[in-house]
Amino acid sequence: MKSHTPKAAPHVTQNEALIFERSQPGRTGYSLPPLDVDETPLDELVPEEFRRDDELEGLPEVSETDVVRHFTRISTWNYSVDLGMYPLGSCTMKYNSRLNEKVARINGFANLHPLAPDAEAQGALQLLHELQEHLAEITGLPGVSLQPAAGAHGEMTGIMLIRALLDSRDGVAESNSPRRNVMLIPDSAHGTNPASANLSGFKVKTVKSTAEGLTDLEALRALCAEGDIAGLMLTNPNTLGLFERNIKEICGIIHDAGGLVYMDGANMNALVGVARPGDMGVDVIHLNLHKTFSTPHGGGGPGSGPCCCTKELEPFLPTPRVVKDVRGGDETYKLDFNRPQSIGRVKAFHGNFGMAVRALSYILTHGRDGLREATEAAVLNARYIAQGLKDDYDKPFDSPPMHEVVFTDKRQSRKGVHTLDIAKRLIDYGFHPMTIYFPLIVQGAMLIEPTESVGRGELDQFIYAMKQIAREALEDPETVLNAPHTTRIGRLDEAAAARKPVLRWKAEEQVSAA
Amino acid sequence: MANVPEKLNYSKDHEWIKVEGETGTVGITDHAQHALGDVVYVELPKVGDKFEAHEAFGSVESVKAVSELFSPVSGEVIEVNESLQDEPEKVNTDPYGEAWMIRIRVGSAGEVDSLLTSAEYEDYLKAETE
Repeated sequence: MKSHTPKAAPHVTQNEALIFERSQPGRTGYSLPPLDVDETPLDELVPEEFRRDDELEGLPEVSETDVVRHFTRISTWNYSVDLGMYPLGSCTMKYNSRLNEKVARINGFANLHPLAPDAEAQGALQLLHELQEHLAEITGLPGVSLQPAAGAHGEMTGIMLIRALLDSRDGVAESNSPRRNVMLIPDSAHGTNPASANLSGFKVKTVKSTAEGLTDLEALRALCAEGDIAGLMLTNPNTLGLFERNIKEICGIIHDAGGLVYMDGANMNALVGVARPGDMGVDVIHLNLHKTFSTPHGGGGPGSGPCCCTKELEPFLPTPRVVKDVRGGDETYKLDFNRPQSIGRVKAFHGNFGMAVRALSYILTHGRDGLREATEAAVLNARYIAQGLKDDYDKPFDSPPMHEVVFTDKRQSRKGVHTLDIAKRLIDYGFHPMTIYFPLIVQGAMLIEPTESVGRGELDQFIYAMKQIAREALEDPETVLNAPHTTRIGRLDEAAAARKPVLRWKAEEQVSAA
Repeated sequence: MANVPEKLNYSKDHEWIKVEGETGTVGITDHAQHALGDVVYVELPKVGDKFEAHEAFGSVESVKAVSELFSPVSGEVIEVNESLQDEPEKVNTDPYGEAWMIRIRVGSAGEVDSLLTSAEYEDYLKAETE
């Protein structure tokens, strides 16, 4: 005789089928009243060639409760900045304040038609203008366009400005060649930099980093001596979280070679209110409102990547510009389309306007001192982690980091535990993993950016988790290698998913597999 | 320790080349495939494309990153390993055999001589990992 305890079937909340799999024939979320007009045959209304004849087969048949429960359950699986620390290096996953969301929903902003005439959109135009002024002040670069919709879009806009200025200065027509065509990019750069340069028709040459993790000035000079320099795309602090302390000299070298300096503003969270790219000699920068200025990042954002530039580059900025008109004590705002040297539009209407509302809210609620304090806290937090973990993880660069710190898996990999495993194990401790395997020039990189949004308590928890994982890697590597253990789904086969992707669910395949 | 067959020549970018007459067969080393992790896509050039030494001839994508492939010597592509399109995993399982990537008509024998021997490449790996 067998004795066994009946095992409870897992409750639906412990996993969630696709809504297609929840379907039950005949189940609906509505009931229609009896028809009180004459029924018109469908073929009188819609010609046959426009009708589908498969009876909408396969669409889920579900009730309203089914739908609400399905999506509510799925929503609880999400990890977000509202749930805990999200230390994705280079992404600046800071808190998105509720106030920003509230002001973005003010009727006059949220429901304003994008084609409303200037006279009926004065508030919105004033908001855009004020945000431009603040971003100009923060970057030290007076020309601002809010059109670019994301970071890489801002990058591309920035180097299109460089192209336009060089051609205008050198008296070269677009069809002519050769034009100054070499864009220098450090080997630590975000991958979007060479992509943007390539897309804009530049030839990319890579600048090596020194053992210290900074741009190699000798290599830079040697590349400049090869000629044809259009510019340099530099991130500062760079992607290793280190401040390019030779930035003025770097800008000087590029300017002497006849090129311009574009700065990738992805890491502005280390500089706002403390140092200004314009003062360092940078000619043009993009900002990520969805990083530094606390608008939502990820999940479709949408993003916003304003471009700020010098007076010399300003005539080439995208059209239209938002300008202030002062006449006899009256201030009005208007869109200026009369920009003969402009590179043209880069985005419909005025960019992602809702993000401009949120970013201005962030700037005004912090104020000058608050913005500086946020920067200081972001850097202090990263340094606290750098100090807290330096005995447990290999830290490839000695100098104190700015707003993010890079470690490697060098010590753990001796036991067969690699960066990916450490990141997966971190999920078990309740944290979103850090950025892994970037920057590419650091083998087994783990890039950690806590932002100013976390307090000391959470930083200590994070350090504790990472220390525990380092110990597990030594004493019990299997636990780390098989992580995560506490999630609904364990370690995924990422290689198989990339090699043989299943891109959509198909009912017939489910049946044949069963 | 990574497998480093004796009869091949190596570049510091972790490609190998096997020269037979005028033809050079090129792939990435065992060390390279190990560092990349599971390879999921290989992008290769077309027959007839010409490359300088150390010029990028394609790229390899793993679950970690996309990395460029550099031609160890100059030359013209005469054959491409099409099977890697469907079975990129061969780069992990057999980097020196089935996962050869391109065959090229070698531009100059001098360039081959300036590459690393297996012993030199092993020393180079040792120095790099220390």
